[in-house]
Amino acid sequence: MSTDNSQRNAISIRNLVVDYGQRRILSDVNLDIPMGQIMVIMGQSGAGKTTLLRCLLGLKKPTSGSVHILGTDIASASLREINKVRIQMGVAFQGGALFSSMSVAENIQLALREHTNLDEKTIEIMTRIKLDMVNMLPAEHLMPAELSGGMTKRAALARAIIMDPKLLFFDEPSAGLDPSTAAELDQLIITLKNTMRMTIVVVTHELDSIFKIADHIAVMSNGLIIETGTPQQITASTNPEIQGMLNRKPRETIVDTDTHLRRLTGGV
Amino acid sequence: MLKSIENIGAIVISSLEQTGRTFNLLLIVFWELLQPPYRLYPIVRQMYFIGARSLTLIIVSGVTIGMVLGLQFYNILERFGAVDLLGAGVALSVIRELGPVMTSLMVVGRAGSSITAELGIMRITEQVDALECMAISPGKFLIAPKLVAGLLSVPLLTMVFDFVALFGGYFVGVYMFGLPEGSYMNGMTDAIEWVDVRLGLVKSVIFGLLITLICCARGFYMHLGKAGSQGAEGVSSVTTDAVVMSSIAVLFSDFLIGALI
Amino acid sequence: MKRLNLQLLTGIFVMLGLAAFSYQAVTIGGGNFRQQPGYTLMARFDNISGLRPGGIIEAAGVRVGTVSKIEFDPDNYQAIVTLRINEGVPVQEDAIAAVRTQGIIGEKYIKLTAGGFPDLLSDGMQITETESAVSLEELVSKYIFSGSSE
Repeated sequence: MSTDNSQRNAISIRNLVVDYGQRRILSDVNLDIPMGQIMVIMGQSGAGKTTLLRCLLGLKKPTSGSVHILGTDIASASLREINKVRIQMGVAFQGGALFSSMSVAENIQLALREHTNLDEKTIEIMTRIKLDMVNMLPAEHLMPAELSGGMTKRAALARAIIMDPKLLFFDEPSAGLDPSTAAELDQLIITLKNTMRMTIVVVTHELDSIFKIADHIAVMSNGLIIETGTPQQITASTNPEIQGMLNRKPRETIVDTDTHLRRLTGGV
Repeated sequence: MLKSIENIGAIVISSLEQTGRTFNLLLIVFWELLQPPYRLYPIVRQMYFIGARSLTLIIVSGVTIGMVLGLQFYNILERFGAVDLLGAGVALSVIRELGPVMTSLMVVGRAGSSITAELGIMRITEQVDALECMAISPGKFLIAPKLVAGLLSVPLLTMVFDFVALFGGYFVGVYMFGLPEGSYMNGMTDAIEWVDVRLGLVKSVIFGLLITLICCARGFYMHLGKAGSQGAEGVSSVTTDAVVMSSIAVLFSDFLIGALI
Repeated sequence: MKRLNLQLLTGIFVMLGLAAFSYQAVTIGGGNFRQQPGYTLMARFDNISGLRPGGIIEAAGVRVGTVSKIEFDPDNYQAIVTLRINEGVPVQEDAIAAVRTQGIIGEKYIKLTAGGFPDLLSDGMQITETESAVSLEELVSKYIFSGSSE
């Protein structure tokens, strides 16, 4: 049954525990992410979303538990094995993490240059195809410092999909973007799933985009996954904490102005 | 009282950790350098940054130091009626000591600090993570070219520094104080042996490796530092740290090499 | 274009560095690898105190060669010095090689004094007439010692 599971699931996490010094960040996380679908990991700041993502990327060794990605246990694998898996995944980081010394095109080409022996012409064409997909063709020769927030995210996305990965991770796609740019990115993520049949993991706390893009949602709170299910199931959940998160939406704007005001007055 | 002893212990432990990490990084990077693919262009790029871009600074400071030495040595030697030794004095002190040390300190200030800042910023903006996620080793991709370039550039810069400093001393001796040209040149050629040039060369190679290694390690591992010093402030504090540490390393190893060779 | 420019500048930098290095190594360093045309002679001394390989050989105050090697002969308790003499400098069979000091505390060098014989020494032969170093300390202590014993 478990072998069956690992074939249907791109990622399966079992009993994942992560300690950071004395603090327990993740306690006993279990999660299956099915192939070819969009899984959104949501939760408030400090719930452990980022740590979970770092474990999935092999950047953080968990204290215990297993993280099977495409059949390899990232938690116990050697760097060489992890890197074999990493070639099949793409990551778009929150701040873009574009290499500031390289142009947009060079950023996107980097993985191709390092991992394939394609000739210059092919690399250029592939770069343009990916740039076109994210609507960034005119920005090909710009430097990362010259890009706006939305463009940076789109360039990062183009870099993440250059190797046609099976798995795409997206950290806070809409953070720091205006609503229409965020909506554009959401649309892009859905297109990627449909056209390239990618398994996509999105970590975010923006309720708007969660319900637009998610096939499945995992809700995190205090280092635990408290609920998983389809968007309908999550909306119908009776868990008071989840209802709190979902219904805070109208209040969220008030809280936001509040924090905004506090920031303005220097209270932070 | 007990608190302060604890603090001292913590400082000792953390600096030992840091030293360990630094040399561990050296081993990792050299191991990775041996793995294909081999790339030359990144090294050239770093040599341009560390070496070629430092040339003006090195030439200006070299001439100045040479002139200062010429002036001071002349004043001292004149008292003993030994101005013939001016060339020897300038050449010996420049080639054996001042050339490698001054060049390394200049490179620390100009290139070392920006290496640390660059790697630190790459760390806090997740660029290092991004590299790892692309299955590209940051050690090989980011650090190895800098180390090799430092190892090659500092000796080359030192040689340029030595040359212009000798010229500066020559200028002061011959044109300002009217020393016969042959006296300066002969003093120089007679006093300097191949072992002196070799000592300067060995020093500059070691300094070049040391300063780039320390600056790289400080920036690259900045996230492992004190919990309170992350972000932009963290970058600025590790940069200061790297400059101080590599300058001390240069001066201390200068003494060690001098004592051993 | 940018890339080419960068490589060009780096190339210039490397060439400059290498040129400065070779200037020092060859011209100033007076190299072990800059073999001037010449020939080698041997000489035995009872005492060379302070003479080192690379030391200068002078004749009439002009530099005519260098000391290339110094060995110790355990049988005779002597120093065997290999002298590298520049080409075109004749050394007669009875020429005298003496270890001297530049000034009072200066470096030791070898002073060659021409002999009267017409026969010249050739590569690998030995200078038989030698004068050992005069040690200042020995002179002084001898003077004090003999002074106090009398």
